[in-house]
Amino acid sequence: MAGLEVRDVSVRYGVSTGSTRGGGSAGVTTAVDKVSLTVAPGEVVALLGPSGCGKSSLLRAVAGLEPLSEGHVVYDGEDLAGVPVHKRRFGLMFQEGQLFPHRDVGRNVAYGLEVQELSRAERDARVAALLDLLGLAGYERRAVATLSGGEQQRVALARALAPRPRLLLLDEPLSALDRQLRERLAGEVRAALVETGTTAVFVTHDHTEASAVADRVGVMDSGRLLQVAAPHELRTTPASERVAEFLGLRG
Amino acid sequence: MDRDSARLSRRATAPLLWAAAVAVPLGFLAIFFAWPVAALVVRGFVPDGAVDLTGFTEVLLRPRTWRLVGFTLTQAVLGTAFSVLLGLPLAYLLYRRSFPGRGLVRGLVTVPFVLPAVVVGVAFRTVFAPGGTLGFLGLEESLAGIVVALVFFNVSVVVRTVGGLWERLDPRTEEAAASLGASPARVFRTVTLPSLAPAVASAASVVFLFCATAFGVVLVLGGVRYGTIETEIWIRTTQFLDLRSASVLSIMQLVVISGALAVSARARSRREAALRLVSSRRSARRLSWRSPQDVTTALAGAAIVVGLMVLPLAGLVARSFREPDGSWGLGNYVALGTTGERNALVVTVWEATATSLRIALTATVISLVVGGLVALVVSRRPRSAGVRRAVGTLDGLFMLPLGVSAVTVGFGFLITMDQPVLGVDLRTSGLLVPVAQAVVAVPLVVRTVLPVLRAIDPRLREVAAVLGSGPGRVLRTVDLPIALRSVGLATGFAFAVSLGEFGATSFLARPDGATLPVVIYRLIGRPGAENYGMALAASVVLAVLTATVMMVAEQLRDERAGGEF
Repeated sequence: MAGLEVRDVSVRYGVSTGSTRGGGSAGVTTAVDKVSLTVAPGEVVALLGPSGCGKSSLLRAVAGLEPLSEGHVVYDGEDLAGVPVHKRRFGLMFQEGQLFPHRDVGRNVAYGLEVQELSRAERDARVAALLDLLGLAGYERRAVATLSGGEQQRVALARALAPRPRLLLLDEPLSALDRQLRERLAGEVRAALVETGTTAVFVTHDHTEASAVADRVGVMDSGRLLQVAAPHELRTTPASERVAEFLGLRG
Repeated sequence: MDRDSARLSRRATAPLLWAAAVAVPLGFLAIFFAWPVAALVVRGFVPDGAVDLTGFTEVLLRPRTWRLVGFTLTQAVLGTAFSVLLGLPLAYLLYRRSFPGRGLVRGLVTVPFVLPAVVVGVAFRTVFAPGGTLGFLGLEESLAGIVVALVFFNVSVVVRTVGGLWERLDPRTEEAAASLGASPARVFRTVTLPSLAPAVASAASVVFLFCATAFGVVLVLGGVRYGTIETEIWIRTTQFLDLRSASVLSIMQLVVISGALAVSARARSRREAALRLVSSRRSARRLSWRSPQDVTTALAGAAIVVGLMVLPLAGLVARSFREPDGSWGLGNYVALGTTGERNALVVTVWEATATSLRIALTATVISLVVGGLVALVVSRRPRSAGVRRAVGTLDGLFMLPLGVSAVTVGFGFLITMDQPVLGVDLRTSGLLVPVAQAVVAVPLVVRTVLPVLRAIDPRLREVAAVLGSGPGRVLRTVDLPIALRSVGLATGFAFAVSLGEFGATSFLARPDGATLPVVIYRLIGRPGAENYGMALAASVVLAVLTATVMMVAEQLRDERAGGEF
């Protein structure tokens, strides 16, 4: 099957594989508990849930940054176990602080292109096209420290899209921005993903953001995936009380 | 199972490279630090093939030994106390208040720390000598004179360490205390000082370490009346060839220093615990001439900077332009092309300068490779707890040379490196002195580069990996460019330390391969006004060289880069 398949994946943090994220020092913490999910080519799926529900751990596991305790991550039919992070041809975008401070905007966007066999002109053209797509035309030589928070996230998105990743993983990319900017950028991110035909998994704790960006939304709680459905379907027929709660349908 | 073996073979090269990155520095430490020091300890306990503790009892029963231990501790305690006492107002002034020329004064305060000990000794000897600028104080060959010189050296350590934290303390905590009715003095005592305590403790223990192992300053200023364990090891070895007593004394020194280092490590681990820190720009207020508190601190600060720093250095420079007959002129500098009055030296001072620069270059390369690898390995956060602990141990191991005095290292080299090491005879290859200096400089390189590497957001590396960079390219395109600016500063530190290194070098340098500090010490030990004048001129040359290196390195310093000194 084409696209991403997550089969019964669990991620555990424990004494032997302790990590700075989420793991309790005593005993083993299960961050992701037997989650299965498929994302079709060109589809955008949002993972929605409160902080600590395991959605970021699942994303990191798909990227190859977190070892799986069990289960399989499969892309286009190939099991990715043993494929290191840099060979997966995925893209990743964090909340904030992930631009290379020692490179200007253009060289940040070009970073993923530098390992590909592209001529200088092709690379520059691709960088210019992406900056244009995200409303930052002509920003190539700007230092990243001079950018506003919203501009930095646009650059990060351009950089993630530049190498044409077969899957883009976005980990709360808009959460550090103020509400107004977040709503506008959610629309722009959606447009950029659709325009470039990018398959994406988008992690957020904001249900309006999830509905604005994604074709389907998965609701997570305590490491489990409760329901995956189109936004309107979730609202009309939530599978459980918990799901309804996260969608803001109660209280 | 298949999956696991595939993963293993694919990842087999990376652990190999990391193993090499660990093995190179560890080998260096084992051969050039652990072995010499161990050999020294063995020589103290097992002088002739059998365990014999008479050397110990003999040395321990000597009243002179206890006088030396007492003096070592006294001068270290006094030097530390006054460095902290004078460093605090300076730290406040330079990091909590802003005024025109603050950058310049900050730079000036840093200079003494990198000045070679021999130069500092000569400078204070000149101003304390009868007829010198401060001759009326009668501090020549006195405890007070040595303590003043130690404070000169170490006040910058206090200013930098405490100031760095003070600058980032959230002023709102103090403002809250003031609004609750606390007077400025009470705010300082109950809020500011407790917050600064970890930094003060950390700085004090480092200063104590430096004072307790002070060698050049004590040797030059103490004359025949005052000495420390450190100078005694040197005198026992080079003057009396009494290696056994020297070994015993080295062991005593190790014990004293390990204690100080343990305290330092504890203080460091508590540093910045649970403090509210803000960006430095917000907390510095303009110096106000209407606030009595500010005026008092400013005046005290000016007195400290002028009296303690400007005066001795200006005195040294001025005296270096005095001819032996008392007239002004360049005679002393012209004489640097000679071997001195009655051939006091084997080489000319300029030849020694060339030797110094050549040795410093080699030593810098060695310490950057070894220190850089250590910093790189230690900056990693491996998943496995066992590996993490091992990495922590490695970090601690490479701090040891900081605690073991340079004299001990030099002495250890003397008794072990008289045979070829790994097929290379270090004595004839000219590598003996650079390697010894590198042992001294490596901890400084690690302490300068490590905080910068540790401060790199791990997500930067993750993003780079996801964008298609293998581990090698991540190192090259993320870690290296960011660390490069601190590597510039580390290079400067290593070069300056090597240029001024005297403790180990004085054991190992042959007369025809003498370095600048060795030549200066030899010149002041010889009779003749001309030789003394040459020593002054050579000290100025050495000071200018060191200051230039540090100034260039400071230019490369990143504002965000910390560093522990």
